[in-house]
Amino acid sequence: MKPSAFDYVRADRVQDIFDAFGHYGAEARILAGGQSLMAMVNYRLARPKALVDISRCAELDYMHVRDGHLVVGAAVTQARVQQREALAREVPLLHLAFPYISHFQIRSRGTVCGSIAHADPSAELPLCLAALQGSVVLRSKSGRRTLAADAFFTGMLMTAIEDGEFIEEVRFPLAAEGHRYRFDEVALRRGDFAIVSLAVVASASDVALTIGGVADRPVTRRWPRSVAGDLPAALAAFAWDLQAQSDPHVSAAYRRHLVRTLGQRLITEVLDETVS
Amino acid sequence: MKPYRSDALQTIGLILNGRERSARATPRMLLSDFLRHALGATGVHVGCEHGVCGACTVQVDGVPARSCLMLAVQAEGRSIETVEGLNRDCAVELTDLQQAFKDHHALQCGFCTAGILMSSDAYLRQEPCPDEAQLRDMLSGHLCRCTGYTNIVQALQAVVAQRNGIKKEEDENVRSGS
Repeated sequence: MKPSAFDYVRADRVQDIFDAFGHYGAEARILAGGQSLMAMVNYRLARPKALVDISRCAELDYMHVRDGHLVVGAAVTQARVQQREALAREVPLLHLAFPYISHFQIRSRGTVCGSIAHADPSAELPLCLAALQGSVVLRSKSGRRTLAADAFFTGMLMTAIEDGEFIEEVRFPLAAEGHRYRFDEVALRRGDFAIVSLAVVASASDVALTIGGVADRPVTRRWPRSVAGDLPAALAAFAWDLQAQSDPHVSAAYRRHLVRTLGQRLITEVLDETVS
Repeated sequence: MKPYRSDALQTIGLILNGRERSARATPRMLLSDFLRHALGATGVHVGCEHGVCGACTVQVDGVPARSCLMLAVQAEGRSIETVEGLNRDCAVELTDLQQAFKDHHALQCGFCTAGILMSSDAYLRQEPCPDEAQLRDMLSGHLCRCTGYTNIVQALQAVVAQRNGIKKEEDENVRSGS
């Protein structure tokens, strides 16, 4: 389908974004890579009055390590983060998850912050941000506020972004000494939406499992490492708590099954590895 | 801030396959439609129009992109490559990539082919020596309903072997000083 009519603003500077917000109010939508938003605009599921294109905004085109985080600006594509040479060492979970994020041809244009802003419950980047307890920096005309991932994602395709705000950057905590990371996902086809996606982060004292694709947002459960003996029951309880839904492709029971079996596999693997 | 009004035609200038081109479009015009209807690059095939099928894949500043998920206005000043420009620097009619697709019967109806060629061309620049799993992973961004992909994979493997063979030969010649 073709999009409905909208005004287009190319934001070469951050000030242009605020000007557009001032002019169009809540009816302006930020367009970064467009790999989710443009599909919705083509379907007319989104009918913005104005699209504010930040893909060429040099002020938002940065990526660096600062204060123990990998900081990714709003104009940075997924491909650029994936191709970062030190990524496997810096943020191993992202390195593991990137190949599952849609396709080469989409990552080349899709942005990291755009995926976070879209907040699809089956998307890998929100899952990783939640699993790593990263944060989102929201910028508005009056300043900045930093939200933890758990406070940022508020529901299916819903976030804590207020009118007049946009995501300036997201911050992924760097790998901590002795921590171990795992990622796995089941989808109908390579690169398709996740039916269930899982991220495991194990520290010296505990192990955390974050699940995407089941609840309305990524959900984390944390156990002490001593859970190992009682893992099946712990996973079964977690799987029920996620309130899985059936859809035309997959039943709720199958989603719970995947949480239990893949959760068991990843956690057992990671606990075995860190003990040895 | 200079908004482009929804009902106003803008002149969009870009470089298409190495040539400066321009035409007029309103903001809602997709790059895929702009390339086909305004600039005549009908090698850009429009399939699903929501980024899934990959038929409309072009290169924007050398990077593969779905032209149905980009606006024409976003391409202003960019360098766009479509299948029409693939053999531009090539002395023969078909590039090695296109010839391999022909030789291996890697297309039947051909609707998906232009997009796959544009993706593959960019991918092989980035990853000159991929294995079969990597090629299949790259191809997962395209839908082909005729071939079952096997012949496409074989064509790409042939290109990889040929290009790396040439490189190996050259490197050996450099080493031996000939």
